[in-house]
Amino acid sequence: MDRIRIENVTKYYGENLVLDAVNLSVREHEVVCLIGASGSGKSTLLRCVNKLVPFDHGTIYLDGVSIAADHFKNNNELHKRVGIVFQAYNLFPHINVLDNVTLAPRKVHGVTRAEAERRAHELLNMFGLEGYARSYPERLSGGQQQRVAIVRALATQPDVLMLDEVTAALDPELIGGVLKIIKDLKDKGMTMIIVTHEMGFARDVADRVCFLEGGRILEEAPPDKLFAKPENPRTQQFLQRIIEAGRL
Amino acid sequence: MSSERSAPALPARQTLTFRERYVPFLISFVSVAIVFGGLWRVITSAEHWPRIKLQFFNLEAIVAAFPNVLRGFGINMTVWAIALVAISIWALVLAVFRSLHGPWLAPIRLFSIIYIDLLRGLPSLLLVLLFGFGVPALQIPGLPRSSLFWGGVAMVLGYSAYAAEVYRSGMEAVHDGQRAAAKALGLSQWQTLRHAIVPQAVRNVLPALLNLAVALQKDVALLSVIGVRDAVREAQIYTARTFNYSSLIAAALLFLAATIPMARFTDYVARKDQERRLQRTV
Ligand SMILES: Nc1ncnc2c1ncn2[C@@H]1O[C@H](COP(=O)(O)OP(=O)(O)OP(=O)(O)O)[C@@H](O)[C@H]1O
Ligand SMILES: [Mg+2]
Repeated sequence: MDRIRIENVTKYYGENLVLDAVNLSVREHEVVCLIGASGSGKSTLLRCVNKLVPFDHGTIYLDGVSIAADHFKNNNELHKRVGIVFQAYNLFPHINVLDNVTLAPRKVHGVTRAEAERRAHELLNMFGLEGYARSYPERLSGGQQQRVAIVRALATQPDVLMLDEVTAALDPELIGGVLKIIKDLKDKGMTMIIVTHEMGFARDVADRVCFLEGGRILEEAPPDKLFAKPENPRTQQFLQRIIEAGRL
Repeated sequence: MSSERSAPALPARQTLTFRERYVPFLISFVSVAIVFGGLWRVITSAEHWPRIKLQFFNLEAIVAAFPNVLRGFGINMTVWAIALVAISIWALVLAVFRSLHGPWLAPIRLFSIIYIDLLRGLPSLLLVLLFGFGVPALQIPGLPRSSLFWGGVAMVLGYSAYAAEVYRSGMEAVHDGQRAAAKALGLSQWQTLRHAIVPQAVRNVLPALLNLAVALQKDVALLSVIGVRDAVREAQIYTARTFNYSSLIAAALLFLAATIPMARFTDYVARKDQERRLQRTV
């Protein structure tokens, strides 16, 4: 069963074609990694899936229902089921970590404060953030902030989690920890779409890897195949550059 | 000390000699004394100085006028405080109105735009005259007749247009990522404003709002033209009776006693705000 099905999604920013008839399906419990050069449209694709930006053509289905359908008119339902973590964390700087995490469960999904905080503490502990519940985001390191952002996205218990370069800002010694957490999430059956520049990470965690360029998915294959024997010459070039940069 | 020896990279703390420490201070003191003393000499030796002193700086007159002027100043401060609260709220409402999007909310948006354009374009004095004299003259039953009330309303309406623009700039300064994050969490437009944008905007513009508050502190004196017996009015009454202007100086001193600390406080808040921003970018 496809959790998410993206059909022919095309998006322009003004005259600029950013997504060009993208097709992608993500089955339940599957982890799909999107790789590609900067500006290839990876973030934009994620933003289309949870309606942060509108797209011009095509359809995106969540569990078989178009996200443009009346069922998702009230965005709560969509955003409860699809969570996203941003490259730049985007935590709310004026409220503490606990309030960041409990805001959506309490205000959007009607969970009581006690229950929301209980779950938040559970998640914070799981991510090595015990003791930071009352801290303000600006007092935390970048790595800690990103973990809070992941916890915040998980707090609404989404079915699908989208991660946009979540390891890009992490200290090297923290990347392993987050990688393990994401693997744990995968083992628990979390469906994920992960944008990343860390090829080792993609190879470790992905069931499938998609290479994007110019708003199109040029190649889609299991990681073993895509990293070892890429078919498309553009993928080969991209991976070659990555290898030269010492990142694979 | 051992700690100093173990950290040779740190330069030894310089101890200033007596001369290095006090000579600059002494120079400032002397130069200030010379300049201001000279000015004082020039002014007080002027031919008309005795008359100026009698007319404006007559201690007896100041003391005599002071009780009434002070009572009037109480009105200034009361109007100021109440208006300040009303402005903070009404201006925020206007700014939020203006930031709403969606086709159905166009009338609200338009109302806010027109309101701000109109009231920002009119002199406060004109508004005070219009409301303070005009509305009571209508004699509409059920509406207050007091010119003090309507003058205050005029100040609130006018200043809110400015403050709304200040709020709006603060809301626009909130990073786009904050809206994206709020939306991704499923917050509605209203919840996004309430929980994410407005609290950050208020923090952003607090120094600018305090500057407006200082300006308002002085502008409340405009109510004197519609007969409100504030500090300026009381001073004028005294002047009309005695042909001595020292009562206005008394009022001036009271205004300064209120505005200077307020301005210093504003500077302090602005500095804190600056530090907070710097801290965040590092
Ligand atoms: N808000 C926007 N307005 C206009 N153009 C945009 C906007 N956001 C993205 N773009 C453009 O869309 C294209 C794709 O951007 P996108 O952020 O999806 O790329 P990306 O693959 O995520 O890149 P990166 O790896 O640097 O994050 C780029 O050319 C970018 O300039
Ligand atoms: Mg991106």
